[in-house]
This record gives sequence, C-alpha cells and structure tokens, in this order.
Amino acid sequence: MTDALDLARHTLLETPGLSENDLSRVMDKLLSHQVDAADVYFQYSRLESWVLDDGIIKEGNHSIEQGAGLRAISGEKTGFAYTDDLLLPQLLEAAGAARSIARAGQSGTQAIASLHNAPRLYAPINPLDSLSEELKLELMHKLDAEARSIDPRVKQVSVSMVAAHDTMLVMNNHGMLSGDVRPLIRMNVSVIVEHNGRREQAGSGGGARRTLDFFLEDDRALGYAREAVRQALVNLEAIDAPAGMLPVVLGAGWPGILLHEAVGHGLEGDFNRKGTSAFSGRIGEQVASPLCTVVDDGTLPDRRGSLSVDDEGTATENTVLIENGILKNYMQDTMNARLMGMAPTGNGRRESYAHLPMPRMTNTYMLAGKSDPEEIIASVDKGLYAVNFSGGQVDITSGKFVFSASEAYLIENGKIGAPVKGATLIGSGPEVMTQISMVGNNLELDSGVGTCGKEGQSVPVGVGQPTLKIDELTVGGTAT
Amino acid sequence: MSADINQLQQTVSELLAEAKSQGASSAEAGVHGSQGLALTVRLGETETIEHTNDHGLGVTVYFDQRKGSANTTDLSPAAIKETVAAACRIAKYTSEDPAAGLADAELMAQDIPDLDLNHPWQIDTEQAIEIARECEDAARSYDPRINNSEGASVHTQNSLFVYGNSHGFIGGYPTTRHSLSCAVLAQEGEDMQRDYWYSSHRVPSELDSAQAVGVEAARRTVSRLGSRKIDTTECPILFKADLAPSLVRSLFGAIRGAAIYREASFLLDHLGEQIFPDWVKVDENPLLKRGIASAPFDNEGVATHPRNLVEEGILQGYILDSYAARKLNMQTTGNAGGVRNARITSTGETFEELLKQMDTGLLVTEMMGQGGSTVTGDYSRGAAGFWVENGEIQYPVEEITVAGNLKEMFMGLQAIGSDNQIPGSIDTGSWLINKMTVAGN
Repeated sequence: MTDALDLARHTLLETPGLSENDLSRVMDKLLSHQVDAADVYFQYSRLESWVLDDGIIKEGNHSIEQGAGLRAISGEKTGFAYTDDLLLPQLLEAAGAARSIARAGQSGTQAIASLHNAPRLYAPINPLDSLSEELKLELMHKLDAEARSIDPRVKQVSVSMVAAHDTMLVMNNHGMLSGDVRPLIRMNVSVIVEHNGRREQAGSGGGARRTLDFFLEDDRALGYAREAVRQALVNLEAIDAPAGMLPVVLGAGWPGILLHEAVGHGLEGDFNRKGTSAFSGRIGEQVASPLCTVVDDGTLPDRRGSLSVDDEGTATENTVLIENGILKNYMQDTMNARLMGMAPTGNGRRESYAHLPMPRMTNTYMLAGKSDPEEIIASVDKGLYAVNFSGGQVDITSGKFVFSASEAYLIENGKIGAPVKGATLIGSGPEVMTQISMVGNNLELDSGVGTCGKEGQSVPVGVGQPTLKIDELTVGGTAT
Repeated sequence: MSADINQLQQTVSELLAEAKSQGASSAEAGVHGSQGLALTVRLGETETIEHTNDHGLGVTVYFDQRKGSANTTDLSPAAIKETVAAACRIAKYTSEDPAAGLADAELMAQDIPDLDLNHPWQIDTEQAIEIARECEDAARSYDPRINNSEGASVHTQNSLFVYGNSHGFIGGYPTTRHSLSCAVLAQEGEDMQRDYWYSSHRVPSELDSAQAVGVEAARRTVSRLGSRKIDTTECPILFKADLAPSLVRSLFGAIRGAAIYREASFLLDHLGEQIFPDWVKVDENPLLKRGIASAPFDNEGVATHPRNLVEEGILQGYILDSYAARKLNMQTTGNAGGVRNARITSTGETFEELLKQMDTGLLVTEMMGQGGSTVTGDYSRGAAGFWVENGEIQYPVEEITVAGNLKEMFMGLQAIGSDNQIPGSIDTGSWLINKMTVAGN
C-alpha cells in the first residue's frame, strides 16, 4: 500500500472505525443548512524531537495529534468546529455547530463521488522510523563533536532533530475525497562562541519532506555544524552596523525572506478580496522592476514548503505572482477564489485540523537574472551585503516590512569589507521591489528551515532568490 | 465542558500509575481541556464563528537521571498506555543528566489558594455577535477616513488543567479568559493604514466596553495617516505603555536560567549588580487575584510566591525552574513556565508629562520584527510612531528602525509613566529612554 490516499483512508477512516457512509452522513449534516461550500478535514500526526545540549542527549519527545475540523461556508461567512475524537457522534455534533453559520434549509446531500490522486511530490513515508534511534543520536553527537573540533572558541553547542509524519484526508461538498501523507524533517545546530569576554551566537540547519537519510547524504548535517561555527566566528569580528539608507546587496537563497515579506503576504487572496493589502486591485500593474519574476511553487519535489495537495485537496501549482515586474496573480484558497471569481491556486493551508484554512505561501522565490554576483557587489561603492537573516514581519496594509540580518558585511569600493552586527532592515514592499536594479544568475533555494506565521497559525514554507541589489533600503544599525 | 476536573485528575493519576508500572523511577503528568467560542464580525456581517474544543495530555518519565516525554490530544485509556510507553522508549535513549528530575518534594504547593481565575461568560453566539458588531460600528463611525475593516472579534475560553507528579502532588483548577479586539483601516489619498486595539481579562465584566475598544482602534488607525520617514538621528525614545512589556520580556529572556547556565546572556554574572537606575523595581506576583498570568503552583508543582526581581536597580535573582537551578547550584524560584504577573514601579508621570520630559524625540507606538539578541544585548527593530518637539506630538512617523544595546537602554531609562492601559501579565507604563539610534532617510 504505497498510495498516499489509500494510506490516509486507512489511517483516518478504517483505523478509528469510520466508514465512507459515516463520512457522507457528516457531510449531509453540514449540507442540511443553506451552505455554499463545506469540508471535513481529518488529521493524524506523529512528531518526534530530540535535543542535544552540553554534549548530552538532554531531551526527547514523542507527540500525537489527531482530530477532525468541519467547516461550512455561506457567502463570506464561515462556521467551524473541530473534535479530537474521530468518532461519528462527535463528528455529527461538530457538523451541527459548524452549519449554524447558515440559515436552516437543505442545500443538498453528498456521498463520496470522486477520489483525487494528485501527482506525488514526496514519498508517503514515515520519517520517524527511517533511522534507528542509535543512528539518530550518533548523528547528533557527531555534529556536536564537529562544531567543537573546528575552533576552541566554541563554548556551547545545541543540536535538535525533528521528524514529523502527518496524514490528512479531506472531503468537500462536491464529494471529492483527497488525502496526503506528509513527511517533514528538520535539524538545527546552534553554537555560542566566546573570545576575550565577547560572546556571539549563530545557528544553521536544514530540512525536507524526506527520510532522515537526507541528513547523512554528502555529510549534509555536518555542514550545518560547520556553517553555524563559521557564522558565529564572523560575528565575533563584527563592528557596529550602519544606520540609514544604503544600497543593499542580498545574498542568494535564504535572504529570499525579502520576497516572502515584501510581496508574498500582500499577494495572499484573503487580504486582496478584503482590499486590505497594499497590492489590492493592482493585477496587471507594474509593481516591481522589470528584472523581477516571482513565483510561488508548491510543486518542487521534497521541499519543505511543497504539498502534493493543499489542505482543501487542491493540487498545488507553480503560480507566477509577478512576471517581469507586472503583477499577475494572487495566491488563493477555494473560498477566496470563489468570492473573487478566480481559480484556486493550491494555496489553501491550515496549521492543523483545529485551524481554519486560508491562503498561505508554499515555496516563494525569484527567478534567476543575468548578472554575475561578483559584478553586483562590484557595482556598489558604499553599502551593505547581507547573506543571512533571522526572520521578518510585514504590515500588509501599509506595505512596510522588516527582516533582520544575522550575517552582513560592509561593501566598500565594490569589495566586501568588515562584518557588521545584526541589524533590522526596513522598507516598503511596493517601493523596494521597484528598487531592485540587478538580479544575479545564481538562484538558490533555502536549506529547508522556513516557518511562516499568520493569524496565529504556523506552516512550513520555502524561500529563495538569486543575489540581488536594492538601490536603497533603510539599515537599522547604530553607527551614524 | 466535556471533561470535569475529577476526570482530569483521574487521568493524571492513571498516567502516573502507568509510568510506575512501566518502570519509571519518577514521573510527572499534565492534562488540559478547554472549550470556547471565537467569532468575528466584519463590515457589519458575521464573518467566522469558531467553536474551539481542545484536549491534551503530556507525561514526562525519569529512569533515574534519564528523561523522556510524550504528549497527545487523545485522552482515551488506550492512549494513556501508549503515551507512557512512548515516553519510556524515549528515556532509553536520552543521556544520564545529573540535573534532571522533579522539583524537590518539600517545595510542592501544600494548599492551593483560590486565585479567582474562573469567570465563565454567560453569552450565546447572538449576544457575542452583537458585542462585536457594536465594537466594529464604533470604530467605523469614528472618522470618515475609516473605509475598511478587518473586523471585530469576541473570544471566550473556559479551561481546565491538572498537574501531578510522583511526589504525590496533584493539583488543578479552572480558568477563563475573554477578549474583545478590533482592527480597522483608514485611507487618505494613496496612504492606507491599519491598526487595532483589544481588551483581555479573566472576568467578562472587567473588559473594556465594545465602544471603547472600537474607538481606540479607530483613533490609533487614523492617527497614523500621513506618516513619513524621518532622517537618521540619535534621540530620546518614549516606548508607549503597550509596547514597554516587550522590553521587560527582553530582560526576562536574559535572566532566564537557561540563558544563564548556557552563558548565553548579556546579563551573565550580573546578579547583585546595577542593571537599571536606582529607582527601578521589578516585582512578580503569581498570586494576584484575577491576574491574567496567575498560578498557585508552577509547571512543576512548586508553590509560587511573590518575589522581587530588581530592587533599587539591582538584579536580585534569576528566573529558575528546578533544572536550571540544579545547573547553577541554586534553588528553583517557582518559575517553571515563566514569570507570572510582573509589575514595574512607575516614577509617576502621566503620558503628557513624559512627552514634556522628553522634549524632542521619538514616541514609538509600534515595533516590528524580533531584532534583540539575548546573547549580546544588541537591539534593532522596525518601528512606527510620532515625532515629538517641545513636548508636543508633531506628526506620525513610519519605516524607521530604533537600535541600541539593551544593557545601555536599561541603564538609560529616565522615567516610567503611570499610564498603563492594559492589565496584562506585565504591568508597566511608558518607558522613556535617554538615547537610541533612529535609522531613516
């Protein structure tokens, strides 16, 4: 049994003892009021995590989350209820609560009418059991030893490993049944270095929708340990960051958090339907420099942000958001797509069965341009070169966004100079995108570490970009 | 409520018994259940009605100095066995850790005071919708420039929680929490701004009125119209009372046990040292009646007590659970789970008096991003607010950053106002800091 939908039916219907007829009864109850759309979402997740600290395996945790979320939509109104018991009486009770959003009066009945098998972007495997416990812990100890062996200034090392096995099944009011089995793994190494009383911290990590062998391939996880130490040692030498408007060159890969904050959230369908985004009503307009083509691509095999189907059962897509600077598309779930008269784009996501789906990003990145990365740096007389970031945030209405550099350097006379302390960069999304004057030929995606928060819900995402130059951005250092 | 407190206590007892029968030398377990209603009214119409219903149990087992933990949302008898087994399996692989274990038996709370935390809101969906609608209406009718809305929300939650461990400690209690919030948009020409306001309390009758929350959300939003960027400068900064708690959290992050024993704090070795001007006093009162963060015992069953964290500007103690305490050869401070109800003594100025005292500088009313390092104290965050000259607000400011070092910011504290608007878990007024770098044009 390797088909994800069959596995999902087994885990979420057969195991708790629910029949397809039971599922139809629950749907019929949702549809016994005047609703436009409805769905029932089942989930069973297992998660295992390990923490190495102070050279010992300090903590381990095993977690099981299961339940079902039931949603009824009438126009722009949504009713929602959930239960952590996968039993018919509780499901019917939740359906009764969810449907109360709509007026009484039958809108139909619906049995399972179709099975949706989307192309699989990752294997429906359980990563928790993909390595023996001995090998998991041996790997963590190896990373600890590697980090400490690189430099005597390394004082503290923490290593974490997380493996999740998430199974979902969703039925909608058209009778479509869709399911997915989603592996997700993540490792992180964090170090503290000390020299002459000065301390600095840095971290590095990666992940994918794979088995834990991923970390062993090409010594990938050892690379996280080396990278964390390298960044921490760079920060030991860092001088005060400049304050004010400067040309900023962003490195390839993880700095793509720029796109996530500056344009990504502002192009999510819900904000645009409600007219609350700085990008509302601007499809067809020039919103970025002609060098910019930005996509949201949920279809990349094995990537952290990828999904075979989204949490509404829609197959994910490679959606062009901005093409040569022109705004082309928003990211949609089914509800916002329907209300805006657009097509869903496979961006309907939820943190769990206990949360409502909404339009969310998958892997958001900018396509490669033509410039040589060295040529981009050489073009800057005095500016900042930022290569690693710790996070960001956006106000989608004003368009103002921040992202915080954790590794950055001065650029002086076209050359990379001294490292500077972490600083927050702030800009206006729509303005910054028009200020992108050079785009590198070196597209990279991040290493699989991104988590995006929206309205209290966290989902795994990916970002990426080539090296690029922003003519002017405010750098929030202390050196004036 | 689908589960009552006796049922939860029964589940905790079963978890502990099961842990013992599976060979654990000691164990601790917690079970929680909550039910609630969350709804939003947008542009006068009901947008979402969510019926929340959460359960969970967690268990930590110790095999001498090795530890394993597991949790689940499934409270069935079968799940209890499986969850304990999962925790025991984990403990086979974790390392011997001399600091691991339960908090000392003699520290367990002996009697559990009633902190008056349980005040269910007798409200049905229709009444809640009316309150949200009244709140949003108040915001939308405040000013013609308010032209859009993210809606007003009412949220009410009843929770039950029981914790027990193999010292024989078991305790639990019900709590409630209710909130009312509103977010609206204003537009003037191309300029579009959004802001929000909220009220949150354990007692429904203590919530600010729907009208007051709506008006404050609207006032904040409209006041941001016409924001501009200012030139890069160094100047005094006044952090508005609702933002000041984030600075207090930076302090707490740096004096947490884990930051200290890992030597990952800019306040390492500062116990007994001056970290604020000598008028600054920071107290914690976990036993505050009706307090939003109150708890009669901490996450390890340790009795909580009011304590003093900073006196005359001098750091009096760290924030410790039993693990961090053992790492540091100290005693737990009953802070497993964090600091509960901190209060920072005000110097007594009203907000207007603080503006006068600052004279010329930046009033910060919003911050964006994380931007503060616990290890180095380096601080840099996105900000919005108002430029102040001669003690008077001149115009709104946005797209700037404020930066400095937390150690210097704490020592540079000039005054703390008496203008706290929100009875949150950190009770403080606006903070006036002598100097930070503002990056703008």
